[in-house]
Amino acid sequence: MGWKRKDLLGMQELEAAEITDVLDTAVSMKEISTREIKKVPTLRGKTVVNLFYEASTRTRTSFEIAGKWLSADVINFSASGSSAEKGESLLDTARNIEAMSPDVVVVRHKASGAPALLARSLRCGVINAGDGAHEHPTQALLDLMTIREKKGHLEGLNVAIVGDVTHSRVARSNIFGMRKMGMTVTVAGPPTLIPPQCQELGVKVSHRLEEAIEHADVIMMLRLQHERMQGGFIPSIREYSRVWGLTPARLQHCRPDVLIMHPGPVNRGVELSPEVADGRYSVILDQVSNGVAVRMAALYLLAGSKSA
Amino acid sequence: MSVEHGRASLLIRNGRVVDPAGGVDQVQDVLITDGRIARLGRGLKAPAGTEVIDATGKVVCPGFVDMHVHLREPGFEYKETIASGTRAAAAGGFTAVACMANTFPVNDNRAVTDYILARARVEGVVRVYPIGAVSRNLEGTQLAEMAEQAEAGCVAFSDDGRCVMNAELYRRAMEYALPFGTPVISHAEDCHLARGAPMNEGLVSTELGLSGQPGAAEEVMVARDIILAELTGAHLHIAHISTAGAVRMVREAKARGVRVTAEVTPHHLLLTDEAVRTYDPSCKMAPPLRTKRDVEACLEGLIDGTIDCVATDHAPHATSEKEGEFAEAANGIVGLETAVPLLLDRLVRPGVIDLPTLVTRCSTAPARLLNLPGGTLAAGADADVTILDLERAWTVEPAAFQSRSRNTPFAGQSGVGAPWLTLVGGVKVTP
Repeated sequence: MGWKRKDLLGMQELEAAEITDVLDTAVSMKEISTREIKKVPTLRGKTVVNLFYEASTRTRTSFEIAGKWLSADVINFSASGSSAEKGESLLDTARNIEAMSPDVVVVRHKASGAPALLARSLRCGVINAGDGAHEHPTQALLDLMTIREKKGHLEGLNVAIVGDVTHSRVARSNIFGMRKMGMTVTVAGPPTLIPPQCQELGVKVSHRLEEAIEHADVIMMLRLQHERMQGGFIPSIREYSRVWGLTPARLQHCRPDVLIMHPGPVNRGVELSPEVADGRYSVILDQVSNGVAVRMAALYLLAGSKSA
Repeated sequence: MSVEHGRASLLIRNGRVVDPAGGVDQVQDVLITDGRIARLGRGLKAPAGTEVIDATGKVVCPGFVDMHVHLREPGFEYKETIASGTRAAAAGGFTAVACMANTFPVNDNRAVTDYILARARVEGVVRVYPIGAVSRNLEGTQLAEMAEQAEAGCVAFSDDGRCVMNAELYRRAMEYALPFGTPVISHAEDCHLARGAPMNEGLVSTELGLSGQPGAAEEVMVARDIILAELTGAHLHIAHISTAGAVRMVREAKARGVRVTAEVTPHHLLLTDEAVRTYDPSCKMAPPLRTKRDVEACLEGLIDGTIDCVATDHAPHATSEKEGEFAEAANGIVGLETAVPLLLDRLVRPGVIDLPTLVTRCSTAPARLLNLPGGTLAAGADADVTILDLERAWTVEPAAFQSRSRNTPFAGQSGVGAPWLTLVGGVKVTP
């Protein structure tokens, strides 16, 4: 099927066939990264603006490399803090960028819904690179790509997503995407970090790590933000790590072919022990590599496939 | 008010007169002289020089009273002024409004009350009744000078927009207000439970990744305030009730004989948190839009009288404050010009609520619970009259609002049934 959307805002709005389309495109993009000369002319003359209102090294760099390997002109526009603090409203910033005729705007913003707001007011394509606790679709796509690459398929797999689900856009995008691909998802964490009515998203909820990971084909550990203690969500990092940290001992009861994933950056010794993060089940660096391929696919589908 | 009581006589002929206070619901004439209701009856003779208004097919009601608006003056005139806000009220069928204290400076002392009333006399189009603050500068730490404010004309006391978290101070406020006979109006929102979250907590907030505040944030405070009303014997009024649990507690408290009343907004009767899915800041308000179950409970409460009245919580904001990121947008929507049309089309027309009940909730009840002179068409009463045209088709066009602000989630919606003519003191004030 052909890609028809102007924007990539979230996994919730995508059909399973569209997800497969992006993943297949990403596989062919990945081949480019293996070449001696990592550059194709696909997006020559196209402009990609990285509009990052939140600090990000990994995602921004990944989009930048993706754009450059496709020969697009990539401009990084970093704005710290909220649009309100900055004095210029998000919509005004968007209108100014629009006036420079970009082909794709990649946006990260702390406010859930900010990319949707931009998409409504910009003629060019908008890619959501993470909005608040809402969605991070390219992360979910690279996770799905990694799982499919390792397991050969997606349907029927059991996934455990562990940690601070309440505040995680990665968890939401993966839940939406994995459910569409026929996967079984269990979310696990202390009840304070599981969002209300989470079961209605079609997932199982567990409050015991061992129970959640026992039959999992994939364990996705989420990053714990240190400020969660101030919010009263957990008593201490120490206790969280004791109860919810993934250690070699806990992995003993897991499937022998389990995959350990993490969206990064890892809090070593908190949600993942170093032995697990670097161990033989970990595919964390594969995720990063596939991130570039998925973002090349996203940029290509939004900016390149029509005119090509 | 700027309008003098009309000297000329006025005869409203042949309308369906609905006056719940007098038990009237029949086609009659209403004769107005010297700005007061002179007589109700059939085939009344118009004295010489009387202007006749043909109200055939229309509904003639005592003037509607909106007991919860934000007129924003002094201090936030870019959002609304007493002039523009009262024009909006007149256009929306309201003959009186009670305005909340969260102006700048706050209406927490007599000077500000006097100022508001002075502006209303000069520029006001409908009657303006100020509501004084409970605490100085709405800080919740020290009582405002309520006695002087009551003397100056404040008809109730509220820190609306903020919840008085200190139960001891709130208890004292309720006690202190007892001699004035004024209600204390509670903005029930536990700020710790609510955490400043921009929407209701539930499946929709989970899907949208917006932080949600549970209905319990409201219910905890409704429970506390009912207990304090029992302790003090004060008249407690719950502003903008929005949850099934809060409605249930008010119903139980009333049955026990506690002096508690409540209001609900049109948007909490008509919209749920599903409306937030577009991240449209015009769907952001406090309390937030709740669930279908809550909406049904509010409707049930409005019908059975647990909820005494409808109030708009008219909260004007500039476009720039309502067009950006949802979590950062200002709380509140305008309501004066959409409330009556929406209620007529969405509730009266399909038969969810009958017309006399609506008139009770929009006129009789709010006038009574604020001890105002309106809410009746009895002979001798001020001729504050709202005439409705149940067949008039409308579309919400924010650009055409009398209000200075445009923030409404109902833009573009249409329906049938709207205010036709508003009279204050026998003078036509419809813009």
